[in-house]
Amino acid sequence: MRHITLPDTGTAAAWREAARSCLKEGLSPADILWGSEASERSLFDDQPVSGAAPVKMTVPRSFVSLAETVCWHRDADRFARLYAFLWRLKDAPHLIADRGDRELAHLRSMEKSVHRCQHKMKAFVRFREIGERDAARRSFAAWFEPTHHTVEPTADFFARRFADMDWRIVTPEKTAIFLDGRLSFAPGQPKPDLPDDAGEALWLTYFRSIFNPARLKVQAMTSEMPKKYWKNLPEAATIPDLIANAPARARAMAEAAPTLPPVRAEKARQQLAAHMSAWEGPKEALPAAIHDCTRCPLHRTATQAVPGVGPHDAALMIVGEQPGDQEDLAGLPFVGPAGQLFDRVAEAAGLRRQEAFVTNAVKHFKFTPRGKRRLHQRPNSGEIEHCRWWLDAERALVKPKLILALGATAAEALTGSGVNILRRRGTVEQLADGTPVLLAVHPSFLLRLPDPAERERQTALFEADLRCAMEMVAALVAPTTAAALAEPR
Amino acid sequence: MTGKTLESKLAILSDAAKYDASCASSGSTKRDSRDGKGLGSNEGTGICHAYAPDGRCISLLKILMTNFCIYDCAYCINRVSSNVPRARFSVDEVVRLTIDFYRRNYIEGLFLSSGVIRSPDATMSDMVQIVRKLREEENFRGYIHLKTIPDAAPELIEEAGRLADRLSINVELPTDASMETFASEKNPGQIRRAMADVRLRKEAASDTTHTGRKAARFAPAGQSTQMIVGADGSNDAAILGESTRLYSSYQLKRVYYSAFSPIPDSSSRLPLVSPPLVREHRLYQADWLLRFYGFDLEEIVSGARGGNLDLELDPKLAWALLHREMFPVDINRAERELLLRVPGFGVKTVNRILSTRRYRTIRYEDVVRMGGSMKKAGPFVTAQGWSPGGLIDTAQLRSRFLPPPQQLSLL
Repeated sequence: MRHITLPDTGTAAAWREAARSCLKEGLSPADILWGSEASERSLFDDQPVSGAAPVKMTVPRSFVSLAETVCWHRDADRFARLYAFLWRLKDAPHLIADRGDRELAHLRSMEKSVHRCQHKMKAFVRFREIGERDAARRSFAAWFEPTHHTVEPTADFFARRFADMDWRIVTPEKTAIFLDGRLSFAPGQPKPDLPDDAGEALWLTYFRSIFNPARLKVQAMTSEMPKKYWKNLPEAATIPDLIANAPARARAMAEAAPTLPPVRAEKARQQLAAHMSAWEGPKEALPAAIHDCTRCPLHRTATQAVPGVGPHDAALMIVGEQPGDQEDLAGLPFVGPAGQLFDRVAEAAGLRRQEAFVTNAVKHFKFTPRGKRRLHQRPNSGEIEHCRWWLDAERALVKPKLILALGATAAEALTGSGVNILRRRGTVEQLADGTPVLLAVHPSFLLRLPDPAERERQTALFEADLRCAMEMVAALVAPTTAAALAEPR
Repeated sequence: MTGKTLESKLAILSDAAKYDASCASSGSTKRDSRDGKGLGSNEGTGICHAYAPDGRCISLLKILMTNFCIYDCAYCINRVSSNVPRARFSVDEVVRLTIDFYRRNYIEGLFLSSGVIRSPDATMSDMVQIVRKLREEENFRGYIHLKTIPDAAPELIEEAGRLADRLSINVELPTDASMETFASEKNPGQIRRAMADVRLRKEAASDTTHTGRKAARFAPAGQSTQMIVGADGSNDAAILGESTRLYSSYQLKRVYYSAFSPIPDSSSRLPLVSPPLVREHRLYQADWLLRFYGFDLEEIVSGARGGNLDLELDPKLAWALLHREMFPVDINRAERELLLRVPGFGVKTVNRILSTRRYRTIRYEDVVRMGGSMKKAGPFVTAQGWSPGGLIDTAQLRSRFLPPPQQLSLL
């Protein structure tokens, strides 16, 4: 039998070192008795043992982190269990991933309880101020009773968090001391008499007030804040009272008669009315009116309506389909991928977008949520019909010389028919009021074409359509300018 | 107001803040104060420092800057027509409370909300001032959750996002129509635009600038929102529909459901019954199924009576009972998507099953050790040495899972 005694401080590192040398000697788990400083030595200790052949093995990384945690468990057999499992791993390394294995399940549950104990320590340590409040470096102390040997592995958390103050956490078996930025450990102490702390009264006030008596769920509280921790939590003293009075408080709230609003309420209401924006002229009011549109159900799911943008005296009006994901978020038309493609082609065609009035046939984004994404859906005829009201308003406002309709929805909204766009693209149709409409495909159609050659061909056609629009606008604007110049004064 | 002590202000302003369910302190950037120049750390995982008897965790100092408010939302304790006592914290008081609580390890940080006073901009700028002082003068590196006011100026939102870990705006009610009824001064469209704005700013901040430098982080723990359940007549299908829209549209980290509970001096327009806590719980379960278990909204609400989830059974079990043709599932062969649909199996259990079955066949006892609840899963799976036989087709299967019947009291 080999007796290996591990120190109480630095236990995890010491176990790892010891296990490594035992493997080197080829000692099987049966040859080793693991003990801590407190454990007694037995009769068979120190009988010489010799191992078999030295073990050469690669220890899986996840076992190392498992061992580092389990070493802080309270059970005396933790070291032996770890070594026994390590011994099995040398022949069957896949065991570390076998969650049905009885031994691994036990080690994992030990690991879980140490992690939980560490987590509860991070949560439930309560410091009291032991120095002056105005001191350059404030100092605090706490008394805590952990279930496992968790002071040492958890102390670093407090060092990272409270580095600009001095603190000590006293427990029955170990004390962590952080002084002037240096962390050290000392033996445990009995519960110290910490001075009263004014901050604690405020904390109790907060704890009492944040509790909602109308929803009492005592079991939900005790499962996360077990009673064994209560004796060191100052706020726990208020819990019995809070529970006892809760039903009466909830009943009182329910039974109280409604009261009249205070005098202040009327003043506040007038103040609020003053903040509400007022309508001005019809021109400026149009975007706001579009924003408030509830003509069809699309407004319920979209972020916002996206009105058209551009100069109100533009000769060219460009009508797209509907805002997409990005447009819906930004509140501006043609800023998403399709809009960016449009901008590239337009630049190549010499079309300056900022000189045109750019809008959509439908002003709200229609989509179906799919996981974390929104999938675009084509607006139906009813929605197009509802929204044509706004498109007509924008047309009446801008009075464009030419309208460029992009895609089937725009074509339907303007001409009444959205079929056969690929055949109709590049042609001009007349609206009832005589405004010419040049039809083209929608840039998102180009984005969706899988075949690069076809995409290139359609993009070229699209560019030609935009060029055509430019020429038509120039021709439609020119005669009037020429006429204006020719007219004698 | 003048004359009130810090303690009485704290009592009023934390009492007013308790109806906000969110208390998360997780998911932000990792940071600490090892350099000795500041206070606080954030390790990615949240810590709940205490639990109140209502079962809710206390992770953050959750307070209102003031509970004066110019709005009159029927469900809210702080509405202008309520007669609750009012108070207002000064900037220094909030900073002092936060730092003193944090140093005693009571909290992970601050959750600051506020009633709207004077104007949205004025309120937001006061809140930002508090957070700025905490971050820049006190070098506070703990967690900060800031409630944003929907129509505040963009530069205030920008600064708030730079200083805080999380921003949130509550949609409060699932439909625009009920907003109109109960909170007519609030504009649901404006709330959505504000959430869209936060998403865009966050996405812009995650891009590198043209010089290749990282842009300043914007609300690294994302944004969240809250919906009140049971104040209006919306059913669960409407609530879950709204939350899937919110998740997909604004990339929210969380949608919180808050069972409407009676408030002091409540409005006569709202039901003063005890809060629907079970319904709230079922909504959270359904929310998890939608986000982590590959369920579609349609699947969860299609079996629901009147659009409401089954209160007696969890939504996954209720779904499985309606789709028995898909079961039993063979634990040793079924793919991940199917295993995730077995009642009683969580994501962790499924991962353990998948990693173990690469090496060997899984038995009934193995699943128990892996954390699966075989009491629930039993009828829906086969494993080595376990077959549910005809159990899946029995008419009484549902009653196996119901809570035991209770004798009504005679009096």
